Amino acid sequence: MLTVLLILIPLVTGLLTFGLKGSGPKVLGLISSLASLAVVLGALFQFRAAPDTLHFAVNWIPQLGSQFNVGLDGMGVMLCLLTAIAFLLVFITIFNRTYENQSSFYGLMLLSQAGLVGVFTAYDALLFYVFWELALIPVYFLCSMWGGEKRVPVTFKFFVYTFAGSLLMLVGIIYLYLQSPDKSFSYATFTSLNLPVKEQSWLFWLLFVAFAIKMPIFPFHTWQPDTYEQSPTPVTMILSGVMVKMGLFGVIRWLLPVLPQGAFMWADVVMVLSVIGIIYASCIAIVQTDFKRLIAYSSIAHIGLMCAAIFANNEQSLQGIQVQMFNHGINIIGLWIVVEIIQSRLNVKNLDELGGIAQVAPRLSIFLVIISLANIALPLTNGFVGEFLMFSGLFQYNMWLMGVAGLGIILAAVYTLNMLQKVIFGESNALTATTTDLQNSELLALSLIVGVILVLGVYPKPMLDLVSSTTELVNKVF
Amino acid sequence: MQWTMDYGPWTFKNMNALISTALSGVVLMFVGLFVSNRQRIKYFAIALVLVAFVANLLELSTLQGGSQTLFGMLEISKFGLLFNAVMLGATLLYFMLCGSEFEKVGEHVADYFALIFFILSGIMLASGFSSLLMLFLAIEIISIPQYILAGADKKNLKSNEASLKYFLMGSFSTGILLMGIALIYGASGTFNINELALGTGELHPLTIGGIMLLIFALAFKVSAVPFHFWTPDVYDGSPTVFTAFMATVVKAGGFIAFLRLFHVSFTGGAISQHWLLVLAIIAAATLVMGNLTAVFQQSVKRMLAYSSIAQAGFMLLAVIALNETATQGIILYAAAYSVATIGMFGVLMKVKDYTFEGFNGLARKQPLLALAATIFLFSLAGIPLTAGFFAKYFVLSAVVQQGNLLWLVILAVICAAISVYYYFRVIMAMYFKAGEPEVAPFSPAFKTVLIIAIIIVIVLGVYPGVLLQWA
Repeated sequence: MLTVLLILIPLVTGLLTFGLKGSGPKVLGLISSLASLAVVLGALFQFRAAPDTLHFAVNWIPQLGSQFNVGLDGMGVMLCLLTAIAFLLVFITIFNRTYENQSSFYGLMLLSQAGLVGVFTAYDALLFYVFWELALIPVYFLCSMWGGEKRVPVTFKFFVYTFAGSLLMLVGIIYLYLQSPDKSFSYATFTSLNLPVKEQSWLFWLLFVAFAIKMPIFPFHTWQPDTYEQSPTPVTMILSGVMVKMGLFGVIRWLLPVLPQGAFMWADVVMVLSVIGIIYASCIAIVQTDFKRLIAYSSIAHIGLMCAAIFANNEQSLQGIQVQMFNHGINIIGLWIVVEIIQSRLNVKNLDELGGIAQVAPRLSIFLVIISLANIALPLTNGFVGEFLMFSGLFQYNMWLMGVAGLGIILAAVYTLNMLQKVIFGESNALTATTTDLQNSELLALSLIVGVILVLGVYPKPMLDLVSSTTELVNKVF
Repeated sequence: MQWTMDYGPWTFKNMNALISTALSGVVLMFVGLFVSNRQRIKYFAIALVLVAFVANLLELSTLQGGSQTLFGMLEISKFGLLFNAVMLGATLLYFMLCGSEFEKVGEHVADYFALIFFILSGIMLASGFSSLLMLFLAIEIISIPQYILAGADKKNLKSNEASLKYFLMGSFSTGILLMGIALIYGASGTFNINELALGTGELHPLTIGGIMLLIFALAFKVSAVPFHFWTPDVYDGSPTVFTAFMATVVKAGGFIAFLRLFHVSFTGGAISQHWLLVLAIIAAATLVMGNLTAVFQQSVKRMLAYSSIAQAGFMLLAVIALNETATQGIILYAAAYSVATIGMFGVLMKVKDYTFEGFNGLARKQPLLALAATIFLFSLAGIPLTAGFFAKYFVLSAVVQQGNLLWLVILAVICAAISVYYYFRVIMAMYFKAGEPEVAPFSPAFKTVLIIAIIIVIVLGVYPGVLLQWA
């Protein structure tokens, strides 16, 4: 029942929010995200004690054999935790801002949270698909209504891209469903299909394209930098922190166990694409002058590494990717919070116009440095654990591939340090000298993030233990 | 409960809804002579359609398994009754949402209502015919009132053109239909679609010719490419309020005839290979042409006309697949598509300017209208949690099940993605662009009906079992 509650809380509060006025939406949003976090923590403990109790199923469309079947495994708990933390952080950060038409803004945010949690908990392919789309629609409206100048065409491109991908996935799901002996969409049925290799090999692409667009990996990434740049920053946090994880999650949950041979066949192709993406995106990030675009490209590079790690298909890389999903989410939300703070104060996002913020806002600068270092996986930060495991897994799969991917770390250091230098060091100019340091709510959000970065950097074991059951499961069938 | 007449072999069992619909048409024509209050005529028509709807539901719930054939002409089956219920329900919604627009078209409000009742009775024949003669009658009963409705706005040149164009092309296709029926009769010696059962054995060349002619004639009626050229002009030229009906209920009625004929007579391995490819190509062309042309339209009304061609392509998929999923799919599709399109036309008629720019800024001025339009457009685009998603899901699933036509499924999916472009153009105009749209005033009753339509779309999208449990 906790799982159902996890979906219901944001769904119900989201719908309620539309009717509220004044600061009501803000408060309700905060309460709702706190409640979600509490329920996730409850689920976390229950997962340790009795994981089966987290499953819940009732008939949904008996004519199709589809069930409302939700549950949580280690990865699910981890991603729901990430979602809950992400929304809480976003709501804390923006607590002092006012948005035009506030009730719709918070309502749509909460609805997208419901969709995301649904994706991470669905154990029925049709339900998964429905939530997959449900998470997209509110984000479409959020970006188009509160985004930057070019928001409408950019967001539309994003929407059409993802929607086309999802439809192909739907065809794949239908095909798989028709092959199932008991005509059901359940995860258990799908994973025991054992289709012939030939079918698996083309089905793989029907499903993978949807996930690849969502992540995004090269060459499906063209929507991403524009969308991140044009979206309102709170939405960008959700997009890059949580939503891209939908793609990775989809591959781990719905692709590898269902079509293991297809995935094995195409692993090389996908890994090469991912590695190209790492190098390509890192190079572009180096020459970016726009703060938001730089982070967007850095995100493509990181996701590329994670996607490669999935297909390296061994215990270490799978552990690494799952831990990294969480850590990347936390780190990149941290970066976006800093961007949001700087942008709301100075209204610039061009790196060349910034500089010298460390002199006037030391606290903000310290946080930015720590988060940036975590983003380039410095030891003792959370980023290190995941990346180390992933590289070690990649190394076992193919030394050369790992070598090329490893260049990504160096390039990441280049663009990140470059960014730090341009933003906070050097002489402050007339504009940046006016920067005020952190407010309480911002301080709280960033402290939470840095806390997670350091704790998981020094002691990652709880997280590794949490996801190990999923790793075992995937590794066994794959 | 059942109103039964027993005249020996002449049993009118389970025909209450059909008879009451046909009689309603006649009654309304006379009512027009004596009642001048248009508001009252509208309420009377709503009451009549409600009666037919309830009668239909009673028949549906009392019909004990299987089906019943009347005089070798008409078969009353659960499936047909369910389809009729959907059509009557959609018409009820249409009357409530658009009924007050009738009086803006012309003088003879009661006649318009009467014509719509005649069309309805034609559709009820189309969902149950068991003789090719009955098919012909049904198609004609559906078509002729439409020619009149298209030209109802007598003083408008475009309306006249629409009517004439529709009439000429329509009669021509009726001729083709008759020719096809004649050829099939010549080859098999029977009009009864059950006895035709052409599934096995050697085929007479006449039969194949007949089937092709039937496909062409019916493709014309459902505006499938390349027989669609009349559609945009007719839909655009006719009074908007009648376009809404023609593009939804009537079109679905054409499909049920199509589906029934092929499902009963032309299935089976040997025969389906003769027409399957032709129909698949027609469906593919319809999907591509309908969607691509809709992209370039500047008026929402014309966009809806082309989108109705595109949606017809999807419904054709059900006719191609011809399995149980397909029959469930067509019911769901008819319901989802009719409700959403009628609703969309309802909103359209309140907006003065039919171009996309006319919708600019609607969300600020009329949030309810904008929300309703958004949900209807979502449904038409097939976004999950709206009825349109499951409608598309079922027909796609039916074709995948069929086996060899995966290319068609992929094409359909790509077309569905294209359709997002033109449906979302309206949404973008309403929500993300600034403007001062001119909106006609509307009553609280209109609001209520609009909300009911939204609820139907969402309920069918969350729990399609509500409808499918009857099938």
